[in-house]
Amino acid sequence: MTLWLTVLVIGAATYGLRVAFLARGTPGALPPLAQETLRFVPVAVLSALILPALLQPAGALDLSTGNARLLAGILAALVAWRTRNALATVGSGMAALWVLQAVLR
Amino acid sequence: MGVFSARAEFIAGVRDELPIVVGVVPFGMIYGALAVGAGMPPAVAQAASGIIFAGSAQFLTAQLVGIGAPAAVIIASAIIVNVRHLLYSASTAPYLRPLRPLWRWGLAYLLTDEAYAVTITRFRAQQARGLPMLHRHWYLLGAGLTLWAGWQVSTAAGVAFGARVPAGWGLDFALPLTFIALVIPAIRDRADIAAAVAAGVVAVAAAGMPFKLGLLLGACAGIAAGLAVWRYAVSRTPSTQEAS
Repeated sequence: MTLWLTVLVIGAATYGLRVAFLARGTPGALPPLAQETLRFVPVAVLSALILPALLQPAGALDLSTGNARLLAGILAALVAWRTRNALATVGSGMAALWVLQAVLR
Repeated sequence: MGVFSARAEFIAGVRDELPIVVGVVPFGMIYGALAVGAGMPPAVAQAASGIIFAGSAQFLTAQLVGIGAPAAVIIASAIIVNVRHLLYSASTAPYLRPLRPLWRWGLAYLLTDEAYAVTITRFRAQQARGLPMLHRHWYLLGAGLTLWAGWQVSTAAGVAFGARVPAGWGLDFALPLTFIALVIPAIRDRADIAAAVAAGVVAVAAAGMPFKLGLLLGACAGIAAGLAVWRYAVSRTPSTQEAS
């Protein structure tokens, strides 16, 4: 029940953000500081999700070459940089993970 | 480009969105599989694709549900991830403002990353060329509904097959990989790099905090760092000004 409520609240908030400037037919604009701040939100949030997933795959910091997720993640980042293609990034990263897991085992 | 009738605009929206949907479908399936794997009941996992209709927030919700985070943390994290939709709302508003309320309120629901991307490109290009834009909202409707259908169906496929994916495949790793695919092209100048590094380092350092609060802490640190570098370095360098 809590889970349903959680999903509903997130959905309502997301819709609220999407409709914020469309709700009324009158002009409205974000102040410049808000625009500048919002610009960094995706990069900051995503980076805060990515780095722990690569550097702490089992909870503790693991900077060794035995960390398959770190190596696969670095490869995927290079692929993302060169191709800018999401599927190629995820595909190469998953393939690298499977190969490395088999090799490192 | 032709006649720009409502029907032509709608079909143009569908046509432009289709290649993107091909790329989105695997992520819908991964989301469905991850959500069920994280312990979300299939009905909730599927309903979230309709109610939230925002991939990154849904991925995050599934992940946080999986580690048993409290509802307040899940909601706060998802809202932070989705705050970017304010930008989409603000930047489409000049084009959609003349519409009747039903259109504006309805189209707002379809304002996802993927539908916004094609729509704003089209609106700006047509405006720049002085083309008639009477039925432009039909374009967003076509693009938005196409993405919506693709997202619901791929979620359903993921939910259906998700429970049968062995844990040894490391399917959960597709999540950070998806985020890497999103973040790398978004890094355009030193301010973005500062935001990424600060957010990542703080999130790693604060990883011991309960319920992924390190995520919120890292995100705030990243935003502050990006803003600081932008204000005091990048925006004063004329050559990089265009990057914004």
